[in-house]
Amino acid sequence: MIDVQHVTKRYGPLTAVDDLSFRVERGEILGFLGPNGAGKTTTMRILTGYLPATEGRVQVAGFDVFEQPIEAKRRTGYLPETPPLYPEMTVDEYLQFVARIKGVPASDRQAQIGSAMERTSIADMGDRYCGRLSKGYRQRVGLAQAILHNPDVLILDEPTAGLDPRQIIETRKLITDLAGDHTVILSTHILPEVSQTCQRVVIINRGRVVAVDTPDNLTARLQGSQTLYLQVDTQGADPLPALEGVAGVLSVTVADKRDGVGGYQVESGSGDDIRRELSRTVVTNGWGLLELRPQQMSLEDIFLQLTTEDAPADTLAADAGTGDDADEANTEDRTDG
Amino acid sequence: MGNILTLAQKELRAYFVSPIAYVLLVFFALLFGYFYVSSINFMVQLSMGQFGMGGPQIININEFMIRPLFGNTAVILLFMLPMLTMRSFAEEKRSGTIELLLTSPLTDFQIILGKFLGAMALYTLMLSLTLVHIGVLFWYGEPEWAPVLSGYLGLLLMGGSFISIGLAISSMTKNQIVAGVSTFAVLLLFWIINWMGDASGTMTQSVLAYLSILEHLDDFSKGVIDTTHVTYYVSFITLGLFLTAKSMDMARWNG
Repeated sequence: MIDVQHVTKRYGPLTAVDDLSFRVERGEILGFLGPNGAGKTTTMRILTGYLPATEGRVQVAGFDVFEQPIEAKRRTGYLPETPPLYPEMTVDEYLQFVARIKGVPASDRQAQIGSAMERTSIADMGDRYCGRLSKGYRQRVGLAQAILHNPDVLILDEPTAGLDPRQIIETRKLITDLAGDHTVILSTHILPEVSQTCQRVVIINRGRVVAVDTPDNLTARLQGSQTLYLQVDTQGADPLPALEGVAGVLSVTVADKRDGVGGYQVESGSGDDIRRELSRTVVTNGWGLLELRPQQMSLEDIFLQLTTEDAPADTLAADAGTGDDADEANTEDRTDG
Repeated sequence: MGNILTLAQKELRAYFVSPIAYVLLVFFALLFGYFYVSSINFMVQLSMGQFGMGGPQIININEFMIRPLFGNTAVILLFMLPMLTMRSFAEEKRSGTIELLLTSPLTDFQIILGKFLGAMALYTLMLSLTLVHIGVLFWYGEPEWAPVLSGYLGLLLMGGSFISIGLAISSMTKNQIVAGVSTFAVLLLFWIINWMGDASGTMTQSVLAYLSILEHLDDFSKGVIDTTHVTYYVSFITLGLFLTAKSMDMARWNG
């Protein structure tokens, strides 16, 4: 649905986007992740045809953005970082205007506007002036504007920025709902957002793709092994030999220790789930099992690791473009790490 | 075409929702009224023979009243039209709404023409206020209508030139004030450009006189529709719109 090939954007001597390539399939939600100034907004502007790329090709819904801009734009909905609202228009007037310039036929206009307002829960805001809306409502009117003409592709630049927690949850749900018949690209620098809404993540830094994968695969890939945190009350006994004896355990290190309660980091091969064995061992020894949880590398860690070190980046970038793992992400399949 | 009209309608609406349209209409009417009354006074004095021309006489209203009045109108417009166009692109760029227009299935040509027609519509409305004043002349006197019509055509063409330059300059900046002041300065320069001609040679003088934007209006209010003048204004408008298109394109490449 979206095909980006070797796109480069230079502003004079500055390279904002450097040889970027990725594909997004129909119905997919792709998260665009990167620190501020990484080139997210520039990339999105290129995808929408707002900016021309210095080099490279972008196809949206089968149309080249540079050669057939009108056709491509007809099939694209875009929410820029600041919602493009005219303060002097009411929400109704604004959406009417947008429907016209997006080429929604007159007969469908009212119905399309109604459904867009319904989906973004602004149905009762029609008479309000855009200039007087709160940040949350501006964002939603912006979103309504983007989905109004029922585009194949939705490009959302930080759609949840400035919203309160409840609105963020609603917006995420809306985006997830939209993904069925729309292809969505959203940019963010909020990491949990990506793991909650996106099937695939493109991490970019300084204009280059650092990694493309599902959020779960990213997590798994960067971890050669799995670590569990275990807290036991052994009443003074040393649990190390017993723990090390559990099948599958590679190593046990003491994390913290006080008043007879010990915290241990238990490392195992990434494919083995040793939690049952481990808890059984603790219980049969008559100790108190206080806590047992997997220590997962969060997206934050991955993000920091990828955007600060260059070494692991190369190995991951090699996988760029394989979007077939999208489904596996939902089935918690981590065995391929 | 539908898109152009939608955009023009949006522009016109924007003028009327903000105070701009009302301020322009009111002050234009006020200033035009002032020049109108003072030229009536002048004409009355003239026809009473107060300038020692031997008693009362019949004065040509077109020649002594309407023509100078249109000349004065041109000067009022020179001051006021930059305020009409200064926000057009600058404000869209500042607030980011230009992103909506440029990512919608619209061509640059449609966007520019929509803005141009929107501004022209308000300008036409401003001019139409003066129909009342001119109508009164027809009620009490017997001016010829042909020079009045051609005079209005001249004013429309001249105003169109002002607006197209205003759009071009507005598309080069994010700041309305910068756009307004620059437009005013450029128009002023095009007005006074032939003054310098007086001191230089005849060749330069005729070139500079040709460039002067108000110079071309006079023949229209005399009742002469000269293709030279029409060509001048139409070229001016085309150039202004072309520059706007170029500046939009450049803004795109430079970010």
